[in-house]
Amino acid sequence: MKEYTAPRLDRPWSEVNPGGIVLDPGISVTYITGTWRTMRPVRDQAQCTQCLICWIMCPDAAIPIVDGKVDSFDYDHCKGCGICAEQCPVNIKKPHSVTGELGKVIQMVPESSEGGE
Amino acid sequence: MVESKFLPLDGATAVSQAMRQINPDVVAAYPITPQTAVVQNFSQYVADGIVNTEFIPVESEHAAMSACVGSSAAGARVMTATAANGLALMWEMLYIAAGMRLPIVLTVVNRALSSPLNIHCDHSDAMGARDSGWIQIYAETGQEAYDNTLQAMRIAEHPDILTPVMSCQDGFITGHGVERVGILPDEVVKQFVGEYKPRYALLNTDEPVTFGAWDFTDYYFEHKRQQSEVINSALPIIEDVFSEYTKLSGRPQPVLDTWEMDDAEYCIVVLSSTGGTSRAVARGLRAQGVKVGIVKPRLYRPFPAKYIVEAIKGCKAVAVLDRAISFGAPAGQGPLFTDITAALYNEGITGLNIVDYIFGLGGRDILPDQITSVFTDLQQIANEGQRGAMVRYLGLRE
Repeated sequence: MKEYTAPRLDRPWSEVNPGGIVLDPGISVTYITGTWRTMRPVRDQAQCTQCLICWIMCPDAAIPIVDGKVDSFDYDHCKGCGICAEQCPVNIKKPHSVTGELGKVIQMVPESSEGGE
Repeated sequence: MVESKFLPLDGATAVSQAMRQINPDVVAAYPITPQTAVVQNFSQYVADGIVNTEFIPVESEHAAMSACVGSSAAGARVMTATAANGLALMWEMLYIAAGMRLPIVLTVVNRALSSPLNIHCDHSDAMGARDSGWIQIYAETGQEAYDNTLQAMRIAEHPDILTPVMSCQDGFITGHGVERVGILPDEVVKQFVGEYKPRYALLNTDEPVTFGAWDFTDYYFEHKRQQSEVINSALPIIEDVFSEYTKLSGRPQPVLDTWEMDDAEYCIVVLSSTGGTSRAVARGLRAQGVKVGIVKPRLYRPFPAKYIVEAIKGCKAVAVLDRAISFGAPAGQGPLFTDITAALYNEGITGLNIVDYIFGLGGRDILPDQITSVFTDLQQIANEGQRGAMVRYLGLRE
């Protein structure tokens, strides 16, 4: 996972940008929203067909593509909405590598439990 | 000083003349009485090619202010006008314009808010917007409405302010009343308002910025504190602009318009056109030896608290005239009274006899005899040493 610089939280009111204007493009990536998550998506990489539907449907940009393939989640920004797990079209033949359950390649687990990549 | 050319103009047309001279980049507006003449005249200037403004005839006031917000964020010099329910429909966007620190100039031709339906003057529209973060200036005459419009542009766009300005005048009374209005030469106005160079602009692709971004629990508070500091620190800058315009036009532009307050024992504090009626009555009473004075704040936000307290604290009795009710406020007082009494307390003045008169709602005429009766009441209050009712009504059938 890429290293991000968190937004500065030490600025007093007199030094913040006027009107909440954002001066640096693309810095929303530094805003860690993954802490909002209560459910975490987990993927069985071996049974994934790389259809990329989860990547298309993700309403954030929390499913990165590396070398043309989805192989992880951006847990710093994934809010756990579960759309990827809902939309995943692949019914697995063997128990899921993380949950041990049958069902989809992407499944949701409670955030407190072990899992993820 | 530059000589003005005097024309017979109603207050709304005087504002459209100021807008023609400013020649803003964008005007987005929707017609509503009694503001209609402002935009009607201005759209004619657009159609005739007298100005090169992009005129956006939108479908509502919400859309008007939205288009103004977008255009201002893009880096344009932006103006609009509205009244009453139109201003109410802009509400959401008023806070956004102020919060985004966009220097939009909005003319409000004050009119009563529904319901019941009424198109005539009172201040309930702009007074409701007094906490929206806009600077508010109130004009007594068509002349002041013209002068204030030009100065509002300079104030809003000042790099240390960057805050929208609401320039108000009384609907019909000055909005439609024709009077002698001095217009500065076009070139002089052009020079006075100068070219707007936005500090940040969406269309400046060399320095990309984001306006109106998500601002969570960790930053919103700081931004609001900064916004509050900016509007409350604007007074000296506003005074500089007023003073520059005074030199230019030869027409004094005080923050607080005071008349015979040096030795006044009884005074009326009032906004806008009723300042003139009050002064005329006061002149007559002075001739009879009654020491009366008039205080007319031109600036209402930021509130010139210290100036007002300084002006009225030596009086035996003071009447505040409010053309709006702050519903549910103590005894149903008006917003001007609330602000003045709070200012007195905060400056340590607690013994002053001060009463509030609600008047002129829905365009009810305020007559000289009624102003005289206020001064009579004030003398009675001072003589008896009893304030009596805190909130009273002028011109109401009782």
